[in-house]
Amino acid sequence: MPLEQKIKYENDCDKEFAKWVSSQTGGENLRHCIQCGVCSATCPLSLYMDYTPRRLINLAREGFKKEVLSSFTIWLCASCYACRVECPKEIQVTDIMYLLKRKAIEEGVFPRRFPIPVLAREFSRMIFMFGRVNETLLVTDLFLRTNWFKFLSMTGLGLNLIRTGRLSVLPDSIKRRGELRKVLEAIESDEKKEAAK
Amino acid sequence: MTENKPKQENLPRVGFYICHCGTNIAGVIDPAEVQKYAAGLPGVAVSRDYKYMCSDPGQEMIAEDIRKHKLERLVVAACSPLLHEETFRKAAAKGGLNPFYFQMVNIREHASWVHTDKKAATEKAKDLVRAAITRVRYHQALDKKRVPVDPNVLVVGGGIAGIHAALTLANAGKKVTLVEREATIGGHMALFDKTFPTLDCAACILTPKMSAVKAHPNITLWTYSEVEKVEGYVGNYKVMVKRKPRYVIEDLCVGCMECIDACVFKEPKFHDKFNQGLGKRKPVYIDFPQATPKVVLVDPETCIQLKTGKCKKTCADVCDRKAFDFEQKAEMKEIQVGAIVLATGFKAHDAKRDPQYGYGKYPGVYTALEIERLVNASGPTSGEVVLRDGRHPKEVGIVHCVGSRDAKTNKWCSRVCCMYSLKLAHLIKEHSGAEVYNFYIDMRAPGKAYEEFYDKLLSEGVHFIRGRVAEVNDWAMTPEEEGRLIVRVEDTLAGFVRRIPVDMLVLSTGLEPQADAQEVRRRFNIGCGTEGFFQERHPKLAPVNTFTDGIYIAGACQAPRDIPDTVAQAGAAAAEALALIDAGFVELEPNTSHVIEEECCGCKSCLPLCPYSAITFEEVKKKAVINEVLCKGCGVCAAACPSGSIRQNLFEDDEIFSEIQGVLAK
Amino acid sequence: MKYQYFPGCSLKGTGRAYEESFLAVFKALGVEISELEDWNCCGATAYMSVDETKSYALAGRNLAIAERAAEDVIAPCSACYLVLNKTMQGLKDHPELKRKVTSALKAGELDYKGTAKVRHPLDVLVNDVGLEEIKKRVKNPLTGLKLAPYYGCQVVRPFATFDDQHNPVTMDKLIATAGAECVTWPLKTRCCGGSLTGTVPEAGLRLAYIILKEAKKRGAQAIVTPCPLCQFNLDGYQDQIARKYERIDMPVLYFTQVIGLAMGLSAKELGIKRGIISAEAALAGR
Repeated sequence: MPLEQKIKYENDCDKEFAKWVSSQTGGENLRHCIQCGVCSATCPLSLYMDYTPRRLINLAREGFKKEVLSSFTIWLCASCYACRVECPKEIQVTDIMYLLKRKAIEEGVFPRRFPIPVLAREFSRMIFMFGRVNETLLVTDLFLRTNWFKFLSMTGLGLNLIRTGRLSVLPDSIKRRGELRKVLEAIESDEKKEAAK
Repeated sequence: MTENKPKQENLPRVGFYICHCGTNIAGVIDPAEVQKYAAGLPGVAVSRDYKYMCSDPGQEMIAEDIRKHKLERLVVAACSPLLHEETFRKAAAKGGLNPFYFQMVNIREHASWVHTDKKAATEKAKDLVRAAITRVRYHQALDKKRVPVDPNVLVVGGGIAGIHAALTLANAGKKVTLVEREATIGGHMALFDKTFPTLDCAACILTPKMSAVKAHPNITLWTYSEVEKVEGYVGNYKVMVKRKPRYVIEDLCVGCMECIDACVFKEPKFHDKFNQGLGKRKPVYIDFPQATPKVVLVDPETCIQLKTGKCKKTCADVCDRKAFDFEQKAEMKEIQVGAIVLATGFKAHDAKRDPQYGYGKYPGVYTALEIERLVNASGPTSGEVVLRDGRHPKEVGIVHCVGSRDAKTNKWCSRVCCMYSLKLAHLIKEHSGAEVYNFYIDMRAPGKAYEEFYDKLLSEGVHFIRGRVAEVNDWAMTPEEEGRLIVRVEDTLAGFVRRIPVDMLVLSTGLEPQADAQEVRRRFNIGCGTEGFFQERHPKLAPVNTFTDGIYIAGACQAPRDIPDTVAQAGAAAAEALALIDAGFVELEPNTSHVIEEECCGCKSCLPLCPYSAITFEEVKKKAVINEVLCKGCGVCAAACPSGSIRQNLFEDDEIFSEIQGVLAK
Repeated sequence: MKYQYFPGCSLKGTGRAYEESFLAVFKALGVEISELEDWNCCGATAYMSVDETKSYALAGRNLAIAERAAEDVIAPCSACYLVLNKTMQGLKDHPELKRKVTSALKAGELDYKGTAKVRHPLDVLVNDVGLEEIKKRVKNPLTGLKLAPYYGCQVVRPFATFDDQHNPVTMDKLIATAGAECVTWPLKTRCCGGSLTGTVPEAGLRLAYIILKEAKKRGAQAIVTPCPLCQFNLDGYQDQIARKYERIDMPVLYFTQVIGLAMGLSAKELGIKRGIISAEAALAGR
């Protein structure tokens, strides 16, 4: 096994990153963390995470942007909000996970093995098209884009859903698709304007 | 400094001084600019700014100027009058000026500390200064009244703080009344087995002091009693105390406890509050063998005689001193005291408010106070560490910070839990041989020999896992976990989550204000912080004083603290009370109201308004009369008087209106 | 009693048994339900990972439409219930975000004021209709049936508006009113895996398995839930769980199905047969 150097130098971190996280909706209390670890202990998925939520909060606060954005942790969050309820310092951990996910997608640094960003994008595309989501189409699309083999293993579930009449193949749609598009496009142009500033 | 000839010859000559307060004021407000501005105001003869006005050279400067420049009025712009009004009044007196020809302007708390815009803050300071300079012209020479101080003292609360304060005062020769709500004195300390970090037996050091209270000729001990009403003012308080019925005549009972054996209930079967519900008692009971006073009492909720009037009263029959009195009623007592020491203690956090820890749901979960009784040789199990179901625990977890450092319950650190958790870890291990796990967030051991005590526990092989426990449950993932309590915690030093099965879980509950702290503070007219503990006059320099003169606080009613600090504070409170009493008199602020007799129409509208009952009605002349000793200067009567015949010193109409005109004039 | 109804995508898709039973029970209780006009997807958890403002605007459109009527909105799906409430809270707490969202909604001629009230059917049944009223209509008490009340995450977290966050009891009360028995267990609000069961099955399946196993161990004959995603994860993946861990065979019902059965509504009306793990044996064998 090759030796790996674990020391960090101050120029390995990005001080602006912590400021950015604290400035986002839900990130306000980032600096209140006392590293008690109750978020990690209550998290049903921390057992799979490369950094426990507590460690991720600390990394974010100290500006270790690369480590934070490329971590599995943010993609394993299932939005169960247990950490937010238990946190003694009222840190909105779930919302911090969300804003880190958005940043990772934006910067394209997420780990390839997690199809969540693909799902999220497909989800938003479908909403832009129809205003509603057809779960079957969404899941099919996801597996076709990521993992053929997994799709095959899921056919049992698909057959079960057909048997119980829970599978729809036609996309459901809202009536005033134009209205919704106008709203979403207004935000996009607003965001572009802001970025230009 | 700027010196002027007053522009209008008829105006009194004002000296104006502005303090930098280091950078506290000068960091935001420009003192030189305010000084120059004030120098240009009518009547100002001297205007200066200085780094620390409250310092000796600052005060000396004022006194010197008064003499040299024949100043007739004084205005100081600095901090809160609460801090230094008295300082500058003394400086005025030193220079030969009546101290009430002085007005203080608070430009620190009211301007520099609360604003960031430097220019606007400086402008605000000018406005406030102008108001004061305009007002001070109308000030009149006043004298403080001297009132004698009653040498007797009331101590409220009979825990270790109240006991220590009462003994200190009594040893100094003062007559003390100690009022305690429970049937015995001793407070929380009487529940403890050992005390950290020395591990000396709590009872061995406490009970001699309890007996000393009972035996002291200068102490009147009223247990099972509560203060109902407080009237008066510093040096002269009138206090009403309610003595609740014990249904046993205290002077007759000698505490032989034969009545308890004779009770018609053969077995104790009622909730034993003293033992935290872990033991049982009868309707006639005594909290513990060393209870002080050693007098039994009868619980009206469970006694058959008191509930139905139909009992054989075997208890009373067996009492050869005829001490039982089932007809006893609550009694009201009135006492006069000069000073009051409040030592009303704390309430342990209710562990049920943190449902994730399963208290009340899983029988293996205990509070720290329950464990104190369990490891106590005179407790319900005679010191044997045994679970509610009779098993002996092999693994015990201790959860720190339950109801502390948590925005959902109490934000503060309760300060004693780390140390008492270490003590309980030691005692549990010693009594049962169990493996003990401490779950802590940060280990706080900042006291004499405290870190050394932590070292001792580390060397004893107690486990220390740094992490706040998320939950305790009975959901097993492995065969080893079956039938046990599973603690889920991140071992933050290891960096992963652990599931640790235990048989007994101890919740180290934090310290909270007493449930009725708000009522009590209103009764004694003192303040509370946002968290509900009693507010000291100054966090560093007046830690046992309150904003009400003559009322002192000691112990955990002010903030969570351990026994050594509580005793030190109780001694300090007693010393403050002694300083007040031994001075023999107090000077009262002259900001009192008085009636201009010829203008009073005798409408009596002021009478019911006075919160201090200072106004009486002179029936012959049909005029209201204000007792200036009782008047606290609240101004309600002056504001309400329809004929304007009530005036208040320092708040005369001229003074108030000129101040308003001053602040508004540009 | 009258309410607006926000179905959300799941109740029109894999969770249609929830819609069927919800509508049937409320109709039988005499509660008037009208579907929110031209509702769109709430955005769920996925959209929040892509664009924050848009995700608030999506929910905002629904809320703006709902504000046009006076009635409270019932959102039976936990994710919809949370997202709609979270949006109202988020827009109240963050004025800048609110400005962006309301101006975008204006582009679609929608007016958001933040006056809607989003409720969960558990809340409405217990606090508006009342247990007494439901009890009166119980014709077929489910005596002897042992059920594990499973609330999942998002009904009680992070906003505990009508029930306790650590130990919710509204559904327990409804189950008891239906005449069935509740098993006591500590996993009432533990995560089922959410959308991870689809995206990272190795992680999601374990969570679903833990819940199913513990319910069985405590003697439950079925799990009862108020969430379509929980129902889908717990019911739909039992074959995969059997392959990876062990076979559990635990039916997973909606609480509306349980009340409906007790009120004597037919299994067909309530969509009982839409369960992948059949509930018939459990319901017959009690």
